[in-house]
Amino acid sequence: MGKQEVVRLINDKGLRVDGRGLGELRPLKMEVGVLDKADGSAYVEHGKNKIMAAVYGPREAHPKHIALSDRAVVRCRYHMAPFSTTERKNPAPSRRELELSKVIREALEPAIMSEYYPRATIDVFIEVLQADAGTRCAGITAASLALADAGIPMRELVAGCAAGKIDGKVVLDLSDIEDKEGDADLPVAFMPKSNVITLLQMDGSLSEEEFRQALDMSVEACRKIYEMQREALREKYHIEKEETEEKTETQEVKA
Amino acid sequence: MSFTRQLSPVAKLEQKTVVDLILKGKRIDERTPLDYRPMTIMLGVIDKANGSAQVYLGKTKVVAGIKVEIGTPFADRPEEGILTVNSEFVPIASPTFETGPPDENSIELARVVDRGIRESKAIDLKKLCISAGKKVFMVFVDVYVLDHDGNLIDAAAMAALGALVSAKMRAFKVKDGEVEYKDEMIPLPMLNYPVPITTAKIEGTVVLDPCLEEEQVMGCRLTVTTDKNDQICAMQKGGLGYFSPDEVKKIVATSIAKARELRNTILSKVK
Repeated sequence: MGKQEVVRLINDKGLRVDGRGLGELRPLKMEVGVLDKADGSAYVEHGKNKIMAAVYGPREAHPKHIALSDRAVVRCRYHMAPFSTTERKNPAPSRRELELSKVIREALEPAIMSEYYPRATIDVFIEVLQADAGTRCAGITAASLALADAGIPMRELVAGCAAGKIDGKVVLDLSDIEDKEGDADLPVAFMPKSNVITLLQMDGSLSEEEFRQALDMSVEACRKIYEMQREALREKYHIEKEETEEKTETQEVKA
Repeated sequence: MSFTRQLSPVAKLEQKTVVDLILKGKRIDERTPLDYRPMTIMLGVIDKANGSAQVYLGKTKVVAGIKVEIGTPFADRPEEGILTVNSEFVPIASPTFETGPPDENSIELARVVDRGIRESKAIDLKKLCISAGKKVFMVFVDVYVLDHDGNLIDAAAMAALGALVSAKMRAFKVKDGEVEYKDEMIPLPMLNYPVPITTAKIEGTVVLDPCLEEEQVMGCRLTVTTDKNDQICAMQKGGLGYFSPDEVKKIVATSIAKARELRNTILSKVK
């Protein structure tokens, strides 16, 4: 920020630094069941972000006093590897990571049917191996795949994607430089079938109208990412597309 | 690691009363859904701080203090002063607050307050540079929660804003990279005035400024911080529930209008 006179993020043709259009997502790659020991796992590449998520549980709550009598406790840790950023990141959890662990948990919990596992815990671990803006959203995309892979009943998959504003224009899915030099960032997590937002944060400066545009844009992108998540699960469990078309996520996971 | 917390048993008994009232369009403290509790703010309550403010939001009490000190700038912002926001949930404020390092709620609160001030460029940090890359003024905003009756984020951020606008530092000039103080006191270089508005969703009903009982039953909350030009500068959703996109858009519109009102109240106190 502040340097936007120097750095131009959108060229005369309306293309961004990495050649994308304003409403274009970065390339995504998703793989389910990538870890042997975890009950569920997923690997997501979102642009240059490389994120690994693992789910352990439902398992016995430890320490016991955190157990809840009517539902499972969901625990979540978002963590960045020391080598994931340009400058080495101290591996001790930062205040940012603590906050993100909380908002990511709150983004995932609405989807998890934790009432099926009273007194248990479901642990979600998100490790950012390489960070390039949008790690919390990609982390949520990966974590909900890992939860599905672990066979945990879910109302729906959660997909994450940010929108923002660069050079005065509302754009989708900011990259690292766009995040640093841009005017606003709006990370969103969304459950498409229920049409609900489970994570919403914003920093920067947006007018009410720009916010509405950015929100619509990121919600639309989450719908696309959701389809990719379904495809990744089908791939893993060798399910033909027609079979799952009308089924819910829960059934798909059990298949 | 962040994990799902349990409500106290008393809160569980209260849940039904609160929810029943909300479903009838009423609230436990007799407000209407879009009523904000009366907010009173006193500036300059702590003489030893550079700036301070105490906010009463219903029964919620928060005090914020500003200290200005000299330190080294961050390597990536050599010509800018430093803003640090910290919050303490001290045990006097609630039976659920414990001593020890800040928990995730306290960290979240401080970061949401920080985001509002930082992203609205409320303080002109460039004016706090003494010697580029070597020496700058650091503005510490410390928020103390004294009594927790809900909606700490709004109370904390308004106290922080009040403390900032009331803050005075010694006038200075820079000579050969060193600070030379003058006798007079000057205000901090303020450019903007961010105000957050928090809304809670309880059983599908959206209510402004949740009190503690309401926070214990809410599905989720949304904080929208807007600046003096009605631009949105920070947002934060919290809680295990969810909002539809249309609900969010409505909440943003309500928040912008309400923030304008509260901003005027705070600024009217500045002498």
